[in-house]
Amino acid sequence: MKILVAVKRVIDYNVQIRVKEDGTGVVTDNVKMSTNPPDDNAIEEAVKIKEAGKATEVVAITVGEEKAQETVRKALAVGADRGIHVKADGILEPLAVSKILQKIVEKEKPDLVFMGKQAIDDDCNQTGQMLSALLNWPQATFASKIDVKDNKLEVTREIDEGLETIEINVPAIVTCDLRLNEPRYASLPNIMKAKKKPIEEISASDLGVDTSPRVEQIKVEEPPKRKAGIKVANVAELVQKLKNEAKVI
Amino acid sequence: MAVLLIAEHNNKELRPFTLNATTAASQIDSEVHAVIIGNNSTEASKQLSELPVIKKVLSVEAPHYENFTAENFAPVVVKLAENYSHIICSANTFGKNLMPRIAAHLDTSQISDIIKVISSDTFVRPIYAGNAFATVKSNDAKKCVTIRPTSFDPCESSGGSAPIEKIDAGEEFSNTKFVKREEIKSDRPELGTARIVVSGGRGMQSGDNFKLITEIADKLGAAIGASRAAVDAGYISNDHQVGQTGKVVVPDLYIAVGISGAIQHLAGMKESKVIVAINKDGEAPIFSVADYGLEADLFEALPQFMEELNKLNTIQK
Repeated sequence: MKILVAVKRVIDYNVQIRVKEDGTGVVTDNVKMSTNPPDDNAIEEAVKIKEAGKATEVVAITVGEEKAQETVRKALAVGADRGIHVKADGILEPLAVSKILQKIVEKEKPDLVFMGKQAIDDDCNQTGQMLSALLNWPQATFASKIDVKDNKLEVTREIDEGLETIEINVPAIVTCDLRLNEPRYASLPNIMKAKKKPIEEISASDLGVDTSPRVEQIKVEEPPKRKAGIKVANVAELVQKLKNEAKVI
Repeated sequence: MAVLLIAEHNNKELRPFTLNATTAASQIDSEVHAVIIGNNSTEASKQLSELPVIKKVLSVEAPHYENFTAENFAPVVVKLAENYSHIICSANTFGKNLMPRIAAHLDTSQISDIIKVISSDTFVRPIYAGNAFATVKSNDAKKCVTIRPTSFDPCESSGGSAPIEKIDAGEEFSNTKFVKREEIKSDRPELGTARIVVSGGRGMQSGDNFKLITEIADKLGAAIGASRAAVDAGYISNDHQVGQTGKVVVPDLYIAVGISGAIQHLAGMKESKVIVAINKDGEAPIFSVADYGLEADLFEALPQFMEELNKLNTIQK
């Protein structure tokens, strides 16, 4: 079984986001970037499945500008076998990314495609489902547990009401929740080894995919600020304030 | 052209957020039709037809729609889409799972999780866990939009009598099979719609200690929330998680106990009307969004809180 894992480079989850004064977006210059957190879970799961002898190859792919390749290199350092970097500049909408991934899937013919359930920058939560639609493959979104059984997967999904379990036939798409596993750190020797692993570079235009945005970003602004609150001295004061000032209990 | 709302239900009744999504749909266009896909879902279809803003209900029933599988639902909506300018659904796990599958089939760039309708093609949506709001304009002919239910009021739920049109079921997608659903049943209000939410974080230190929260929640008629740290530590089940990748809540009162206030948690609760933070670390980021902050050991504060509540003559429910 071959697993393709898609990873995205985003602003690190610990960075306090700052909106640009001209309203064109958020500040990304000199800001720490990392792999989208649930994409790390996707890589980890694929590597674990390979280590369990149930997969033969793990291929990491990213779509984006030059520096996006760092995320593929990181995936190689934690156990992916080789990488693909589809180069594309500017804003990439999930629809465009899923069309690019579709082209790569047609070429690479993986049995499974894993990725994070949502990117923490645009918070779209679309790419996995879109790719699955384009390929007409089953989708297991928001996965918190994956059991590989021959040519089937049993997947536990996190849903609003609790947990749902589905069984899907391979080939299939799985989008991963943060609770799926605990991603490992890359060891120094593995980081060195990863430098020798191959990364194929392809340009989005060579794949014949039009990546021009369909959605115009008119402005980006800061959310309204909450007015500063107060500290109360003790529980009695808190309850009195809630009862008589805020009138919520 | 009319807009098409995808109803969320459990085959017996509508799920409450369908009413919020209907409000958003009616702000895009006054001609709102709704599709309900299910199995033995006649009663839910009837409820849908009673929403006064809905002009027509399209009902599809078949055994393979029993479990809301996106692979079965998407083709039904795609087939209906030619008559509609917009497809609308809630941005909860039902809509998040389903809508992109529809959008890809329609070759449309979906707009996710909107919090405001500016016009029929322009919407406001939070990005970066709500740390920025983006105003976006869709240039696609057909628009697929998911809405953040807590940003829209529920519509009127009775008085309407829209015609219900039965439509033919589509084929079953054979490569996905439903196995089971573990729903956590509770007598408490639903987290997403509760007037008061009491949430615990890693500071609770154990699942057992959550009974301090449960006690207060029961007294206040509140729902119980949790931070991701508390869910990951196994103190409480995932359906309680509030945050960027959990639920977004906007109660009148949100009480955060032993929650430090990571950006990802704030994303799920900072629009609450009144926020209370109880934390022993006075520097915790949760205090930056709190209207009332109490710097105290929660194991002392919560029993005192319960005592004070017991002293009150009346408590709003």
